[in-house]
Amino acid sequence: MKIHEYQGKEIFRKYGVPTPRGYAAMSVDEAVEAAKKLGGKVWVVKAQIHAGGRGKGGGVKVAKSIDEVKKLSSQILGMQLKTHQTGPQGQKVRRLLIEEGADIKKELYLGLVVDRGTQKVAIMASTEGGMDIEEVAAKTPQKIFKVFVDPAEGLTGNDAAEIATNLGLPQAARAIFQSVYKCFLDTDASLVEINPLILTGKGEVVALDAKLNFDDNALFRHPDIVALRDLDEEDPREIEASKYDLNYISLDGNIGCMVNGAGLAMATMDTVKLFGGSPANFLDVGGSATPEKVTAAFKIMLSNPKVKGILVNIFGGIMQCDTIAKGVIAAAREVKLTVPLVVRMKGSNEDLGKKLLKDSGLPIISADSMGDAGKKIVAAIKKKSVKKKKVAAKKKVKKKK
Amino acid sequence: MSILVDKNTRVVTQGITGNAGQTHTRASRAYASGKECYVAGVNPKKAGENFEGIPIFANVTEAKKQTGVNVSVIYVPPPFAAAAIWEAVEADLDLVICITEGIPVRDMVAVRDRMRRENRRSKLVGPNCPGVITPGEIKIGIMPGHIHKKGRVGVVSRSGTLTYEAVGQLSELGIGQSSAVGIGGDPVNGLKHIDVMKMFNEDPDTDAVIMIGEIGGSDEEDAARWVKKNMKKPVVGFIAGITAPPGKRMGHAGAIISGGKGTAQEKLSVMEECGIKVTRNPAEMGRTLKAVLKK
Repeated sequence: MKIHEYQGKEIFRKYGVPTPRGYAAMSVDEAVEAAKKLGGKVWVVKAQIHAGGRGKGGGVKVAKSIDEVKKLSSQILGMQLKTHQTGPQGQKVRRLLIEEGADIKKELYLGLVVDRGTQKVAIMASTEGGMDIEEVAAKTPQKIFKVFVDPAEGLTGNDAAEIATNLGLPQAARAIFQSVYKCFLDTDASLVEINPLILTGKGEVVALDAKLNFDDNALFRHPDIVALRDLDEEDPREIEASKYDLNYISLDGNIGCMVNGAGLAMATMDTVKLFGGSPANFLDVGGSATPEKVTAAFKIMLSNPKVKGILVNIFGGIMQCDTIAKGVIAAAREVKLTVPLVVRMKGSNEDLGKKLLKDSGLPIISADSMGDAGKKIVAAIKKKSVKKKKVAAKKKVKKKK
Repeated sequence: MSILVDKNTRVVTQGITGNAGQTHTRASRAYASGKECYVAGVNPKKAGENFEGIPIFANVTEAKKQTGVNVSVIYVPPPFAAAAIWEAVEADLDLVICITEGIPVRDMVAVRDRMRRENRRSKLVGPNCPGVITPGEIKIGIMPGHIHKKGRVGVVSRSGTLTYEAVGQLSELGIGQSSAVGIGGDPVNGLKHIDVMKMFNEDPDTDAVIMIGEIGGSDEEDAARWVKKNMKKPVVGFIAGITAPPGKRMGHAGAIISGGKGTAQEKLSVMEECGIKVTRNPAEMGRTLKAVLKK
């Protein structure tokens, strides 16, 4: 789960990680109010969306008067902010963070993740702060300093001292690193990133940014973090899917895929691509798909206007193919399916499931293997679009006459 | 022969009284030698009772003392699953298979660290995995038994249904399996591809191996490099997720491309360089293996 920067900074403050003073604002009036409350002469107006790269996209601006705060806030609030992480459609800005200006002497990077290889928390630090850290890692990996934290001991004073030395920071920064580590652990974070972590002219170390992601599996023990969820930032189809315990992720293509199991779902998407198609989504219906769940899955896939065909691939193990077939038939009838549907079923009660589909009278295309299914759905879409074009062409001809 | 489990394995089910525990214990007991293999269950509140004739004990140590179990399978809900793993490790079992999906990563980091620090010999498979099966002998986990066929090809995979897909393709071609191991889709787990590959290499009754991976991490690359240096048997590979965009978690907590690392393309190239016969078409896993067997 992701949260906003201002929420992350509130969590940081609880752990004693220094951040600039600032307030969240949902309107221009609130932004002006916040700036007045902060006082001073320089303010930063920061768009709050869950994607990175906000500065480059024009979502972070410096204001030198209250009037300017007002002007910039009204510009940024409501804008469709495009960054390398939002995709070409961008993300609408609904919240702002108004912060006091900072006197930046040095910009650094600090990131924490769980490293799969060592099965420990890895702390990554770099003097190349403010930059795209993925680029730094690719071009100059030697500029990223790593510490793997012993889970039993935690981040030791020595570890922290080493990070401070590598970043060229005063040793007073050690306590900050230890606080960030404690915050990571306590909140079951999957990622904590401070980019930039700054050294001010007065020699203070301050987290100028705060990116926190949390382990979805651990949210059951953090109701306070769940309360920070901002549904406006999530894909409405993904939200709808989560209500039915379906695992759905929107993609850019036009073939809706419904599969049981994450690995098989990815493999099915790959098969579609292999035969020249493009998947519209990742959708794992899980191990216990009921007809209700399948209907919900169909509705979610079809709510995407780009979807021109659907591919169902089920390997029935615990789940019986006839149950799935019933679900697919009920769903196809309920949503009055108009796009081609290819179903591939394998495993328990396979024959019974196939018979149900055949007897349903619905125009369902049956496939024997995954490869066959991929080929058939791609072909069905092509055929349909050719037909449409022909019809359109005929209409044109008629009009001319 | 086989790896990890066979008909002489004695199993304790942790979480035997829950929904999943009941369903899968029943199905596993009905498979091959299951009746002799499933000898104990654990539930501290129901010690002394039994599940359809299988005695229930207060903890794994007690179950081991009374019945001589050497392997545990875990269906305990996520908040308590890491503690259940530790309980089985502390009882010094040979193998712990954790089926449970959704365990917090922090809990797994802690239990894996403790296993290493105390130098425990128990092996862990999972969590978030289908389990381990030696066809014709024993099934431990949630995989459908009937698609398997006894034979000489090893299967190791991070994903459940994709493993079934590979097994189904092999069986249809008349090729049986020595053992199939689902190592699970979580970022912090027990045995990795490389560990299972080493076992298949040593197993006199395994002739070839299918290795199925997915995006995220570098386990497949590590295994591939080991294969290049040490493997005496042909290996066939597939990686799911060529179409997965970076930064999106594809169902499994471990299946995510982050920081430009862990892409399917990168894994496939390393595997190819290391002499593994890869296919980019998941419908061809079985046939690809058949082709290397003929050589």
